[in-house]
Amino acid sequence: MNIYQEELLDHYENPSNYGTLPNPDISHEEDNPLCGDQIRIDLLVEDDKIKEVRFCGHGCTISLAAASMLTEEIEGKSLDEVKQLSKDDILDMIGIPLGPVRLKCALLPLKVLKAGAYGITSWPGEEDK
Amino acid sequence: MHTSEFRPLDVERIRKDFPIFATEPPLAFLDNAASTQTPRPVVDAMDAYYDTYRSNIHRGIYRISEEATEQYERAREKVAQLINAPRTRQVIFTRNTTESINLVAYSWGTENIREGDEIVLTVMEHHSNLVPWQLLAQRTGAVLRFLEITDEGLLDFAQLRDCLTEKTKLVAMGHVSNVLGTINPIQSVIDAAHAVGAKVVVDAAQSVPHFHVDVQQLDCDFLAFSGHKMCGPTGIGVLYGKMELLEEMPPFLGGGSMIRSVERDISSYAELPAKFEAGTPSIAEAIGLGQAVDYITQANLAAIHVHEQELLKYAHQRLKEIEGITLYGPSAPHQKTGVISFNLDGIHPHDVAGILDTHGVALRAGHHCAQPLMKRLDVIATVRASFYLYNTVEDVDRLYEGLCRTQKLMTRRK
Repeated sequence: MNIYQEELLDHYENPSNYGTLPNPDISHEEDNPLCGDQIRIDLLVEDDKIKEVRFCGHGCTISLAAASMLTEEIEGKSLDEVKQLSKDDILDMIGIPLGPVRLKCALLPLKVLKAGAYGITSWPGEEDK
Repeated sequence: MHTSEFRPLDVERIRKDFPIFATEPPLAFLDNAASTQTPRPVVDAMDAYYDTYRSNIHRGIYRISEEATEQYERAREKVAQLINAPRTRQVIFTRNTTESINLVAYSWGTENIREGDEIVLTVMEHHSNLVPWQLLAQRTGAVLRFLEITDEGLLDFAQLRDCLTEKTKLVAMGHVSNVLGTINPIQSVIDAAHAVGAKVVVDAAQSVPHFHVDVQQLDCDFLAFSGHKMCGPTGIGVLYGKMELLEEMPPFLGGGSMIRSVERDISSYAELPAKFEAGTPSIAEAIGLGQAVDYITQANLAAIHVHEQELLKYAHQRLKEIEGITLYGPSAPHQKTGVISFNLDGIHPHDVAGILDTHGVALRAGHHCAQPLMKRLDVIATVRASFYLYNTVEDVDRLYEGLCRTQKLMTRRK
């Protein structure tokens, strides 16, 4: 299977939750110094649950599609549940194997989310390294 | 660039020396500005070392160590001849261009650069010829000044006169831009720098592999390049320096091989080039580089240059047919080497390279270790195709076809 399969391209062309929130409880932005991709995620949190989420930024198909899928996944979930999301969860969403460079593209949105919500600065999957 | 015994490249025969091209369809390898492929003779030369005379060099009192030493030093002679260094010991083996430039920045720089001195660079430098000077400036209080480029991607030469003053102690400049392929007027820059008493470091990583570079003709003070961009292995690079400068410079790294005698508190240092080659060097890699020098010399550097120019002209012509493509850098092929940076409207460079990869075309996408240049071009990244002696018109055709397919795939519903 090709990394440019239909589902990814759909998310890339019509991303879910693209934009910003006017008064977010959490807003965080990071970039991937390897390729310059940049993702910002805004969260509205109510009773420890993610009530609304938006993302914006620029990047390749993989990073933007991953952001779109991730935001769909986390809306309505509790902050505790979201904290448990791992590299493998993202790979399951993407549904195709990725090389090490493109893996970083896929994981950037989760990294932004975890850094913004929990102050976790390491890349997903590299926490113990 | 001109020799009397010109003969065109026999690309078909050359490609047989590279097992990586044996597949069908062959790999279209267009990332040569990053690193080139290795021909069989170079691998064979390194294998011969490992299989028949593997040992450490210098001081070995046995036959195979003597042979290893001889081959290692023979490689130095070949490199010296390639760049026309007056003396073989002006060729220092390092790990790569980056280490060569750092050697100058730490050894010569720390000794000669003072607060308020100016170091002139260009906005198109590779990070390897920028960050070492930033570090030096931070240590010493020196000031970095930058030459800009024109919208055509050429060095703004007029600005050089304003930039060079009695405060200028050093000009560090890439001979050829790794992103734009622009060949800088390095001879004029060196002459102008010397007129104000400044030294010149030439980052020749993108020039020495592609056309004849003569350090005596240029009269450059230092020149650095890497083996892995000229059919050699990774892990071996070269620093050339003027004799009087290298002799005055303090050592860079301390350790074995670089000493004459060692007391408890003080040492005296070995003669050149050993003074700058502490520790066991990359022996196999140096031998491989020597063989690579033979390889590209036998192919003929003038012929390599002409071949790349032809590919470049053809590629320019084909790529310009594509609607929504932006090409960066000079449009006249004679102003550049076989490097083309471009972007397709609305498509991220990583996606372009990712899709082309699925068609067997290897490209580079990103900032190419030249972030200030990306800012100047007002782009986040570019896609880059770069040629070498084994590339063909078919490689360019596959690049073209792959780009057309990429556009189709990525803009189907827009």
